[in-house]
Amino acid sequence: MDEIRDGIDQIDCDILIIGGGTAGPMAALKAKKKNPKANIILLDKANVKRSGAICMGMDGLNNSVIPGYATPEQYTKEITVANDGICDQAAVYRYAQECYGIIQELDSFGIRFQKDQNGEYDVKKVHHIGTYVLPMPNGDTVKKALYRQLRKARINIINRYMATRLLTGEGRVAGAICVNTRSAEFLVVRAKAVIMGLGAAGRLGLPTSGYLYGTYENASNSGEGYAMAYHAGAGLANLECYQINPLIKDYNGPACAYVAGPMGGYTANARGERFIECDYWSGQMMQEFFDELQGGKGPVYLKLNHLAEETVAEIERVLHIVERPTRGHFHRGRGTDYRKQMIEMHISEIGFCSGHSASGVFVDEHARTTIPGLYAAGDMANVPHNYMLGAFTHGAFAGEDAADYVAEMDFAAFDQADIEAERTRVLAPTKREDGIPPNQIEYKTRRLVNDYLQPPKVTAKMHLAQKRFAEVREDMENAMYVRDAHELMRALEASSILDCADMAAAASLYRTESRWGLYHNRVEYERDDENWFCHTILTKGDDGMPASRKQDVKPYVVDIAEDEKDAYAKQRVKPSVAAE
Amino acid sequence: MPLAQTATTVPVVVNDDLCIADKGCTVCVDVCPLDVLRIAETAEGSKTAYMKYDECWYCMPCEADCPTGAVTVNLPYLLK
Repeated sequence: MDEIRDGIDQIDCDILIIGGGTAGPMAALKAKKKNPKANIILLDKANVKRSGAICMGMDGLNNSVIPGYATPEQYTKEITVANDGICDQAAVYRYAQECYGIIQELDSFGIRFQKDQNGEYDVKKVHHIGTYVLPMPNGDTVKKALYRQLRKARINIINRYMATRLLTGEGRVAGAICVNTRSAEFLVVRAKAVIMGLGAAGRLGLPTSGYLYGTYENASNSGEGYAMAYHAGAGLANLECYQINPLIKDYNGPACAYVAGPMGGYTANARGERFIECDYWSGQMMQEFFDELQGGKGPVYLKLNHLAEETVAEIERVLHIVERPTRGHFHRGRGTDYRKQMIEMHISEIGFCSGHSASGVFVDEHARTTIPGLYAAGDMANVPHNYMLGAFTHGAFAGEDAADYVAEMDFAAFDQADIEAERTRVLAPTKREDGIPPNQIEYKTRRLVNDYLQPPKVTAKMHLAQKRFAEVREDMENAMYVRDAHELMRALEASSILDCADMAAAASLYRTESRWGLYHNRVEYERDDENWFCHTILTKGDDGMPASRKQDVKPYVVDIAEDEKDAYAKQRVKPSVAAE
Repeated sequence: MPLAQTATTVPVVVNDDLCIADKGCTVCVDVCPLDVLRIAETAEGSKTAYMKYDECWYCMPCEADCPTGAVTVNLPYLLK
């Protein structure tokens, strides 16, 4: 295994789905259901059984809109406000209307959600305004349940192939070029439609531990979706709205205030005092977190040590089996007992992820990107604050729309020279006698991301970032060296990461205002609704460099009153309350 | 530029006595999202899984899915 072999195959399908984590499997199931004759391929760089952000499960639905607890209008309003107004509401509103059906479908797959004594969904309040959090105390079963459905529906699964570039022709998508991660053999997949569900760009900033894979996101989510969409000419929206999360220091996993909050846990400063009213993750909340640290009141902690034994035991049980179960090992190693000590938190490195913020490939309410036949769903598509249920639901939209699209389409012709060019690019690091290994290219890129792009954002630093990135790119293109197919996968990931770093700098420089709290805090600029109440769309320019333009926010479907607009700006606990 | 041989300690540990790679099992290798595990063959011809690449997200499918409980996921030293 891992030795580099020369080879290339070509296969055809109606719908190619890249990424078998969350959105991808649901897209496959829905497409197959709507168009049983369609030939569908679900392709993953890892193994669909355990790939993606939820490889070990998930502890809850953070954004369920369940009749009796919340309305689609209320949810749409909340997310619009939480995302500082920059939101094409149609995609959020459709999600809010249809996600309940998806929950019921997941339930029928055998995925368990918390129910009360009457058998009703037991929804909790974590957000500022509405009630949307549905716990999954047995959420470790998600991937297995999904996999069973994929087998039942006879979806063709191809594991351990990494898509590296999309093929386009006749103004639409034509397929993808893929490389085997254990042999470096190529697979060209011709497809009438392509659905991308490749997750976040989670390996962009460098964790403070210095460990390249010690990321919040599954470290295999290295931004290929963003890079491939960019090189294919798709538009990417609001990339400057970074993902930055409040995490357990060093462990870099979520502290899970969404799990602990409804049971009485909360985010506190070093004095054990609450300083934010709402633990829901938003740019404004992260700004308060940052200010607390700057004000000398840190570190910031998750506080559980005031809770009753049985409450702590239940929190522990859930957090130590679901999503990031090594959390238990971590706390044991540090001697942290939730009953006695608070859990030290910190501010994460940056990434792109719409699951938590709004940085993603631009899509509409059908999950269509700006390229006909190309869809995106989940963390990499720009529907804000979309989380796991958003990935499932928009994955479903993509699958259904693609099933209709391919019924009327034939394969688009593409230029064979594109395949040769991509083979040359991919294999270049295998043709050298020695050089720089991919881990060093990646480390340097990500260290520079931390040095120059981590907010607060400063213009001069971002210009320096661009200069340094160009130097690393020259090294990457001319001197990167790999010894086997596994290292080649890392080399390709390093290339995606560098593309994302360039996009992050360009997008952040373009928006000359501050917005989204810490996510886009440009210290030289105030918020400027007059000039910047708009999306920014980044595409690959004619010169091969990122180009940005403004795009209007579509008229709201759900009106927001003037006095509701700043609900998320009022996060800080008032001094009188804090002193109690 | 020649490459160095810098040592690094790895977080995933496999108990050789419990590992059944000899019988053809590759579950941990198959499920790893980062694809960091491989099967090693000793001089005597016996097989066991091991962590070949220090690129671990400490996520735990290898430990959870191992049919004999042979795999333990520790925290990478840099962050533990």
